[in-house]
Amino acid sequence: MSQTDFSVRVASVTPVAETIKRFRFERVDGEALPIFSGGAHIVVSMKDGSVTRRNAYSLMSDPADPSGYEISVAKAEESRGGSVFMHEKVKVGDVLTISAPVNLFSPDWRGRKHILIAGGIGITPFMSMMAQFDKAGVAFELHYAVRERARGAYLEDLVARYGSARVKTYVSEEGTRIPLEDILTRQPLGTHLYVCGPDRLIAGVLDAGRDAGWPDYNLHAEHFLTPPPGKPFSVELTRSGKTVAVGEHESILEALEAAGVDAPYLCRGGACGQCETGVAACEGILLHNDLFLSDDEKASGKKIMICVSRFEGQRVALEL
Amino acid sequence: MAIVFRQETFRDDFTYRNSPENIRRFPFPFPDDNYMYSVNMEPHVKGAAGTVFENLIDVDEHYISEMADRALVLKADPLRYQALPHMMQAQWDTLELLMEQQAAGYPEHFTLEKNGDRWRWINRPLGIDDTFTFGDLTTLPMEPLEYISRQTQGDITIVDQRDNNLWMDAGMVTTQADWSLDFDVGMNFMEWHGPVPLAHQQGVFERALKFLLNMQLGKPIRRYNWTMTINPRLDTSPENYPKWGKDRTTVTPENVGDKVHLRVEVQTLWRLPRSNALLFVIRCYLMNMSELVTVPKWANRFHRVLGSLPTELVDYKGITRYRDVTVEWLSKYDDGAPTSAGTFPD
Repeated sequence: MSQTDFSVRVASVTPVAETIKRFRFERVDGEALPIFSGGAHIVVSMKDGSVTRRNAYSLMSDPADPSGYEISVAKAEESRGGSVFMHEKVKVGDVLTISAPVNLFSPDWRGRKHILIAGGIGITPFMSMMAQFDKAGVAFELHYAVRERARGAYLEDLVARYGSARVKTYVSEEGTRIPLEDILTRQPLGTHLYVCGPDRLIAGVLDAGRDAGWPDYNLHAEHFLTPPPGKPFSVELTRSGKTVAVGEHESILEALEAAGVDAPYLCRGGACGQCETGVAACEGILLHNDLFLSDDEKASGKKIMICVSRFEGQRVALEL
Repeated sequence: MAIVFRQETFRDDFTYRNSPENIRRFPFPFPDDNYMYSVNMEPHVKGAAGTVFENLIDVDEHYISEMADRALVLKADPLRYQALPHMMQAQWDTLELLMEQQAAGYPEHFTLEKNGDRWRWINRPLGIDDTFTFGDLTTLPMEPLEYISRQTQGDITIVDQRDNNLWMDAGMVTTQADWSLDFDVGMNFMEWHGPVPLAHQQGVFERALKFLLNMQLGKPIRRYNWTMTINPRLDTSPENYPKWGKDRTTVTPENVGDKVHLRVEVQTLWRLPRSNALLFVIRCYLMNMSELVTVPKWANRFHRVLGSLPTELVDYKGITRYRDVTVEWLSKYDDGAPTSAGTFPD
């Protein structure tokens, strides 16, 4: 599907912490990038030899600054290639393609106060949010937990910028943890809570919030799924007549793109619903990994989100 | 080329008319000789010169008179403009977008000068020259959305996006086809689309909502809607029903040509940058039957569309009383020839 893409040059690469680098992108043609909203992400396309890798990264720069976009990339322990490529291959001056910003983690602007809970590299969407809250004079509190200080990105910077009243940091190696119960029970009416980080943190915070009587509408999480690996399989495409092999460490979407098939996508993480695809035939099991389809839709076997979901069995045909 | 603005009325003596040039640029919405409701969305990109898509925010010969009519509506009923408090950022987004688009499309009529956050806005047709600070409410004479929507043709609503839904939380609505911002404000997408016959069964709104939630920055889209109005009245609101409802009983075979208007809405939808809200601009175009039949293709096609319209839609659009007499009148202009593809005049 056609995207609003921008050709950008890597203006700087800055080591931020162990295994975390910050990249700044500026448009090759020197024009302004779009102003965006806190919590937005972009999809970065990387040409790695004959393979095009596409990863979604939260924007962490000031949303009101159109001169450049900044992202921070943690080198994933089980990288599927994208974060390793960013860390090891991408240099200042390189040209990459990025998508226009998309926001699946927008603040609820009705909030009287915003509680932000970040774990590790999950800090990035909150950096753009906080810039926007600060400018708009909206009350917020950041609670930011890292495993060890050396891996904590922007710990001191954030305290310096927003003050220790608004920014609380926790280092698990040093025995400090987010006092969730205390945070959840002392907020004024109309407070919204946002969490981004490892799955365990997200699940823990959402559960604790519900247990403390928070309405679901006031609890927000950035779920970015990485396409999980699995057994190789092939998909038949009923419209183009092609058959495409999907490798162990590849999503259906990635395999289609590599085969030159145009498929729709936005988040590439199972959240937005854009890549919903009809299943024409299925002799086997659809392995639904997305957060978009309802349980009934998953059970119906008629739809699949090709960015994260897989298949095991004899034969599957998609309406593409 | 500078637009020659008409002085005309949309009430009382109803002097509104389209010039011959303006008739040919009318956004005739029917691609086929019969009509069925559909999610007819397409990318909102610039189109050919001489069409309403020449610029992304269209300004035409009715601009000054429409703005005067809007001011009259607001004076009588200030609730036609409403914005919930959390929409302020989206208001500024909207002001920026509408100023930029109008200045880019019509530099002889509008100028926007930006010096950091200090902006100067010149609107020559309305004699406005204001300097203000972007983001600072105290530097404008009124809220940003009210300010810019008093200077933009079309109704304007801003919908907030949250909880996987869209919420109508701000708007300026004075040229509407029988709906009310005061009634809809705060409603979500499913609620404000509640009572449309046939469409629900087809899952049209579920698909449309999913599409809108994923709308991207820099990729606006548009769709048409249409109905019919007796007399060139912009403000056919529920609040005003006593004023216009009875007009529908006044159509006779003799006055169809002047009184019966095709009313087309070109709805454009834009993702807003700072707020992540969506802007809906609902632009109303009116053309009476005498004007419509000056384009032979449209005379043929509209006669066929109106004649074959399902009863449920005839009732929903509120045209039951005068549909038959209008079809009869149009039949004199239908030569039976096949119509060419597309919506534009031959």
